Amino acid sequence: MKYIDEFQNPELARRLLDDIHATVTRPWALMEVCGGQTHSIIRHGIDQLLPEQVELIHGPGCPVCVTPLEVIDKALEIASRPEVIFCSFGDMLRVPGTGRDLFQVRGEGGDVRVVYSPLDALKIARQNPDREVVFFGIGFETTAPPNAMTVHQARSQGIRNFSMLVSHVRVPPAIEAIMASPDCRVQGFLAAGHVCSVMGTREYPELAERFRVPIVVTGFEPLDILEGVRRTVRQLERGEHTVDNAYARAVRPEGNPAARAMLEDVFEVTDRAWRGIGVIPASGWRLSAKYRDHDAEHRFSVDGIRTVEPAECRSGEVLQGLLKPHECEAFGTLCTPRTPLGATMVSSEGACAAYYLYRRLELPTTVAAVAGREVTPVV
Amino acid sequence: MCLAVPGRVLDIEERDGTRMANVDFGGVVKEVCLEYLPDLQVGEYAIVHVGFALQRLDEESALKTLELFAELGMLQEEFGDAWEMAAAEKAGVADGDGVEEVHQP
Ligand code: SF4
Repeated sequence: MKYIDEFQNPELARRLLDDIHATVTRPWALMEVCGGQTHSIIRHGIDQLLPEQVELIHGPGCPVCVTPLEVIDKALEIASRPEVIFCSFGDMLRVPGTGRDLFQVRGEGGDVRVVYSPLDALKIARQNPDREVVFFGIGFETTAPPNAMTVHQARSQGIRNFSMLVSHVRVPPAIEAIMASPDCRVQGFLAAGHVCSVMGTREYPELAERFRVPIVVTGFEPLDILEGVRRTVRQLERGEHTVDNAYARAVRPEGNPAARAMLEDVFEVTDRAWRGIGVIPASGWRLSAKYRDHDAEHRFSVDGIRTVEPAECRSGEVLQGLLKPHECEAFGTLCTPRTPLGATMVSSEGACAAYYLYRRLELPTTVAAVAGREVTPVV
Repeated sequence: MCLAVPGRVLDIEERDGTRMANVDFGGVVKEVCLEYLPDLQVGEYAIVHVGFALQRLDEESALKTLELFAELGMLQEEFGDAWEMAAAEKAGVADGDGVEEVHQP
């Protein structure tokens, strides 16, 4: 119980943990869907404070990680064009495409810019009417509404030189795909809090019922995660499978109706490939026909790109909870944040990056030495 | 990127027909669009993601979350210089670990 003193409220953490320990009688496997939760769990050693019977499996909830290689390659191609100003969130810069990343494209002369908000990209388009401004629109249900609003504004304000390369993904179909897999071991879900801030909880009761799996909406702070685990384990021990909200301070059942309405106007549901996992039906959004003029895939013909996944990278299995990052042979040797093979090692929310940052002891010793930081014992 | 960060509304104004606010994230101030929370008022806290307020939050939870995100290096990730971070990572200087470099503002 090394880390518990670092909790903001160690007393409360202790009580939650005691309750979980007292409740558990059998092994349970829970999946935390969100990459932010994964980092919080690993950083605070929460998985090691829990009873041995409770296993936390890391889910696919990192938007950077699941963006398909093909889309990254399209982005790189568009960003290389001289007439284009390519705008992206900062965490996409080092995500490897086939052979290179956006960081390199800029080094080769591409006009790649990092923006904080998609509205910043729209501003750049206003200021540069003679250039083509393209925004890289990726992310889950939390990011989709801001991007939707931006495309909507581009259209209503007649900003014709703005387009978006859209690759949005939706959580519920991913949960469905995970549960439907014959290899699935997941018995309960800690659902991603901020996704639910937008979408509410209405999509979950049907899933909970069909797969007889508890789904507990959970935040990111260590105490939130402990509370999410506590409520999920309680349900499992009692044989229940309902949707519960352990993050009520930020999640209302109806989510954010204005944001949901905008999503429905701007996007339409589509099948989407997830990097390393493959196509999940109805798991994504693309721009609806009304907004075709602002669809970068229409504006730039980027078909015929050949994408090659690095053979060593097993991030698909990591993202589905079938493999822990350090069980990948390339982990910490061939693959480090400096020489990433997969997006899960690059992204600040990637599971491989979380293990690399906070689990130095499990690295091969040479790598730990190179990393040169003090290593915190994990037991 | 998927994480949303709580911030406090400092002032509100109409810009290009859009309700916008300056929002303080523990010292870093950013422009935020309020179209999805149109009745948010000055002094209130909200969860903000990529420049959009998405849901109200009470002050206590907001401050606690900000503290945690600072500690996790998430604020650095959200508001720091992405090119610098990418270059440092590539050079192996930070080796992907921004945690120590982040100070609570
Ligand atoms: S450690 Fe690297 S190679 Fe292995 S799964 Fe993770 S990203 Fe892929």
